[in-house]
Amino acid sequence: MAIPWTEVWEITWRSLRVAGAATFLAALLGLPLGVWLGARPRRGGCGAQVVLYAAMGLPPVVVGLVFYVLLSRSGPLGGSGLLFTQTAMVLAEAVLAFPMVAGFTMAGVRARAEGVRRLVRGLGGSERQVLTTLLWESRRPIVAALAAGFGSAISEVGAATIVGGDIRHHTRVLTTAVVLETRKGELQSALALGAVLLGVTLVVTAILVVWGEKR
Amino acid sequence: MIRARGLRRRYPGFELKLDSLEVPAGRFVTVIGPSGAGKSTLLRLLAGLEQPDAGVVERAGRAVFLDQDRTVLERSVLANATFGLELAGYDRRRAAAAVVPLLERVGLGGRLAQPATRLSGGERARLALVRALALRPDVLFLDEPTQALDPGNVALVEEMLVEAHRAGTALVMVTHNLYQARRLGEETWFVLGGELVERGPSEALFAEPRDGRTRAYVAGEMVY
Repeated sequence: MAIPWTEVWEITWRSLRVAGAATFLAALLGLPLGVWLGARPRRGGCGAQVVLYAAMGLPPVVVGLVFYVLLSRSGPLGGSGLLFTQTAMVLAEAVLAFPMVAGFTMAGVRARAEGVRRLVRGLGGSERQVLTTLLWESRRPIVAALAAGFGSAISEVGAATIVGGDIRHHTRVLTTAVVLETRKGELQSALALGAVLLGVTLVVTAILVVWGEKR
Repeated sequence: MIRARGLRRRYPGFELKLDSLEVPAGRFVTVIGPSGAGKSTLLRLLAGLEQPDAGVVERAGRAVFLDQDRTVLERSVLANATFGLELAGYDRRRAAAAVVPLLERVGLGGRLAQPATRLSGGERARLALVRALALRPDVLFLDEPTQALDPGNVALVEEMLVEAHRAGTALVMVTHNLYQARRLGEETWFVLGGELVERGPSEALFAEPRDGRTRAYVAGEMVY
């Protein structure tokens, strides 16, 4: 393989850190929003649902481009010095992961909300107990939402390239490295990096699922 | 004891109107009427699960509502059975000690650790009843508790309801089974188009209904 294994591990670790931080940020806002939207009694409107579901299809290159414009020297946030940093990659990937986390959480919570509310209130429980029961009963869809968010962040390449710049030892992650190796004609390396990417996604998802299945 | 006055609940194309109603302690009331008449809405209002647009409902003691969905949580049979008691503040061990004899009684004693989501419809109905009865409610509201159950399960559920009634629990049960309403109820209410058309001792209401609509309904004629 053209890339030394030490560098592969370095890129893998960076990918995990960036995607993990992006998922954490997306979850910080997306989980409460998804739970709130899913748990509140439906009043006919589905505007939030439409917006979230549509946002799941946000083109990563467009998100990357917007961040690039914002963070470039002549942009409104040009003074922050964030362009071509891991922080910029985290922010862009968080924007892409956010609708996944919020949307899947909302759908999972909503599917259970009415039954759980009727049950808990029917047994004399409080609204707070409705919410805690609903959160526990929705743990599997919430885990699925986190896994989807992480999957979208770690597999992201368009925005990561634009705002990260694919700088060696600095912002290169597994996806951008796969693109680079492919362009160089190093298909064996590209395939190996792709396999590492799949393995990492599988392991993280497995950890999340096992955690979600715990009783 | 439940007392309701001047209840109004409006939905698009439907209004429930009820001037005055009382459920004395320990009474077994059956509620009959065609689908969409407002029986479940009335039950939810009386149980406090839904707020009326106007009027008041006074409740004394612990009221428990058992809906027709027989919702089970993604937990074991035992954890589902203890759920109500845990909401009421019981610790898990004390709650388990209270529900295990009831679960054995309904034939679920050997399946305590199984996920409740794997239970059949009849088993879920029995589990839901155990979960409600374990709370020893003063009033138990039941929305079609024997709907779609086989005769064996119907008999078991009815037996447990009668026992709870004998132990002092008031029951308000919606049912489409007129024989069951007559057999179990001390008092029966006939609801139609959001109104309580007639109420009275079950035997009298079925044998000699005062209102023509009640007479038609208990005779099996269409009244809607």
